[in-house]
Amino acid sequence: MTSPVENVPSKETKSGTSDVEVWELRLYVAGQTPKSLTAFSNLKKLCEAHLAGRYKIEVIDLLKQPQLAAGDQIVALPTLVRKLPEPLRKIVGDLSNTERALVGLQLRPAKWGT
Amino acid sequence: MGLIVSVFVKASPDISQAGRKRVLASQDMFDRERMSKRKEHMTKPKNKKKTVNPTLPKAPTGIQGLDHLTGGGLPRGRPTLVCGSAGCGKTLLAMEFIVRGATQHGEPGVFMAFEETSDELAQNVLSLGFDLNDLIKRKKVVVDFVRIERSEIDETGEYDLEGLFVRLGHAIDSIGAKRVVLDTLEALFSGLLNTAILRAELRRLFRWLKDKGVTAVITGERGEGQLTRHGLEEYVSDCVILLDNRVIDQVTTRRLRIVKYRGTTHGTNEYPFLIDENGISVLPITSLGLEHDVSEERISSGVSRLDTMLGGAGYFRGSSVLVTGTAGTGKTSLAAHFARAACGRGEKCLYFAFEESPGQIVRNMRSIGVNLEPWLKKGLLSFHAMRSTMHGLETHLTTFHKMIQEIQPRVIIFDPIDSMVQAGTLKDATSVLTRLIDFLKVHRITALLTNLVSGGKISESSSVDISSLVDTWLFLRDMELNGERNRALYILKSRGMAHSNQVREFLLTDRGIDLQDVYLGPEGVLTGSARQSQESREKTAALVRRQEIDSKQRERKRKREALEARIVALRKEFEAQEEEMDRLIGQEMTRENTSQEDVERMADRRKADAKPDGVPFRVTRR
Repeated sequence: MTSPVENVPSKETKSGTSDVEVWELRLYVAGQTPKSLTAFSNLKKLCEAHLAGRYKIEVIDLLKQPQLAAGDQIVALPTLVRKLPEPLRKIVGDLSNTERALVGLQLRPAKWGT
Repeated sequence: MGLIVSVFVKASPDISQAGRKRVLASQDMFDRERMSKRKEHMTKPKNKKKTVNPTLPKAPTGIQGLDHLTGGGLPRGRPTLVCGSAGCGKTLLAMEFIVRGATQHGEPGVFMAFEETSDELAQNVLSLGFDLNDLIKRKKVVVDFVRIERSEIDETGEYDLEGLFVRLGHAIDSIGAKRVVLDTLEALFSGLLNTAILRAELRRLFRWLKDKGVTAVITGERGEGQLTRHGLEEYVSDCVILLDNRVIDQVTTRRLRIVKYRGTTHGTNEYPFLIDENGISVLPITSLGLEHDVSEERISSGVSRLDTMLGGAGYFRGSSVLVTGTAGTGKTSLAAHFARAACGRGEKCLYFAFEESPGQIVRNMRSIGVNLEPWLKKGLLSFHAMRSTMHGLETHLTTFHKMIQEIQPRVIIFDPIDSMVQAGTLKDATSVLTRLIDFLKVHRITALLTNLVSGGKISESSSVDISSLVDTWLFLRDMELNGERNRALYILKSRGMAHSNQVREFLLTDRGIDLQDVYLGPEGVLTGSARQSQESREKTAALVRRQEIDSKQRERKRKREALEARIVALRKEFEAQEEEMDRLIGQEMTRENTSQEDVERMADRRKADAKPDGVPFRVTRR
């Protein structure tokens, strides 16, 4: 089930300011497991801290929509897929290592990570 | 008249119906026979299995020979590991397992590919006659390509492979799959770094597959010192098949070995296998006993004089004939005669040529009056020409088996077998040929093997040491005498028949092979022109003798004629003399009578009363 988390800038802001890019993120999980819950809360925190107002999270539960797994080549769970901006990035795991997650999302250059 | 016609008309449908019934009955019988045969074939491994473990069900792979080796197939509902180095046929074996399962055994399958896309796979197996896309369309097969790109993946914290499980589960459920292939799971190790998680998850995966009840094939790359690079064999403990592609003396041979198979007996050797246009075929060809039936039937060698030498009837059906000879002594010609004779009897003949192309053999044989072309066109004669160095020996053997099973010939010719040595070592060649001859004997196929012995050593042994295995051994050799070479043939041995011990001159004429007696002269055996001159000498001598007899006979006739003429003359003379004598006697008697009458008349006149003594009144003529 897709449950988009609407923490996005209002349409007018997005269309009005062209330099603001919207981050389209997709989190694949399988059911309400502790791992998926951790991942979701970690992601939420991370986005609020670094991408406030310009992100969109879509949570896909593969137990309900298994056919979607092949599209993004999902093997491990949970997996976070950065659809936009390009290029596509994937981060597997519960995002508990925030530094690595930021590097993975290219929100912070690799050299800054510890 | 009308009555009869009506009766006939009435009767005829019955007859035709009865006839049809009979046809149907025979068809039915034929079918039943075929079924029972198939059943027999099917139950054979089952029986074997039952004695070992009655509870272990198996999923037939449909791969030629593999089911025989494993006694019925892979363990049903359990994972099997197929490992081997790159390019040894793992993916193909797995794919064949899926495709044959879907098409032949009614078991849909999921092929999870980690290395190739669905389209690539479909293209790869199209050459083997598998239409993968069609099977996918008909929901018999699902191909799921799993791509793990290291460069776009980062790992943070805990994760599991539930995604893979979900995908696999979804694919299995969507078509009700009974078979699963994971090719190659080890790609996960290059995509994901946390091996601790991976290993735990793999263990869970195999457990999960077993719970799902699917028969799975997992492929794995061969590793150093272990079967797979990442030790997959640790998780798959039911059945492990090892594929191998070895190069010995620049010749590669693919081999398959069942490393382990829990709960069942299985062939333990390394078995060569082939990948060709029909997919994989494994042939368990060792372990053949010597219990084949023998035939009393005799078949012609194609040369009538040779048949005469071989106890008057030719070779035994199902025997093996070795023709050894130096170069250019007519081994192939003898083989061609045998092939022609077989085709003439309506039997299929398979000709393995290792040194000449079929066209060349046909052309060359035409020059000695053996036309093989009509038989080729009729399909009774089939050539299989290849360089012996093309494959390894085991592969050759596998090819032979395949061809023999495909064509089902009654007669086989290998020309020449010593080229086998080029494909391996002498020892290997002997071993392969031994097994080949055994196989042919079991199937009652008469084989003619030619063998070139080098000119220097004209010894009574074949270069490939199988002379003790063959039943009939013909030896062709050159005899050099008076500045010319002539061919000679003799029978070194021929088991189970009285055969000629004489050397025959072997002539290649434009009407085929001709065997001639040789002459034993003071210098030894005479052949060729020496034999011819000897022949003409004998002819002259015979002519002279005949002439002498004739003249003697003429002389005798002349003498008889002369003698007879003299006899006639003498008789004539005698007759003439006799006549003369008769005439004189006649005269004398007349005179005598006349004088008597005169006396009587005188006595009458004198009136004498007594007749004078001593004088007869009448003298009778003789």
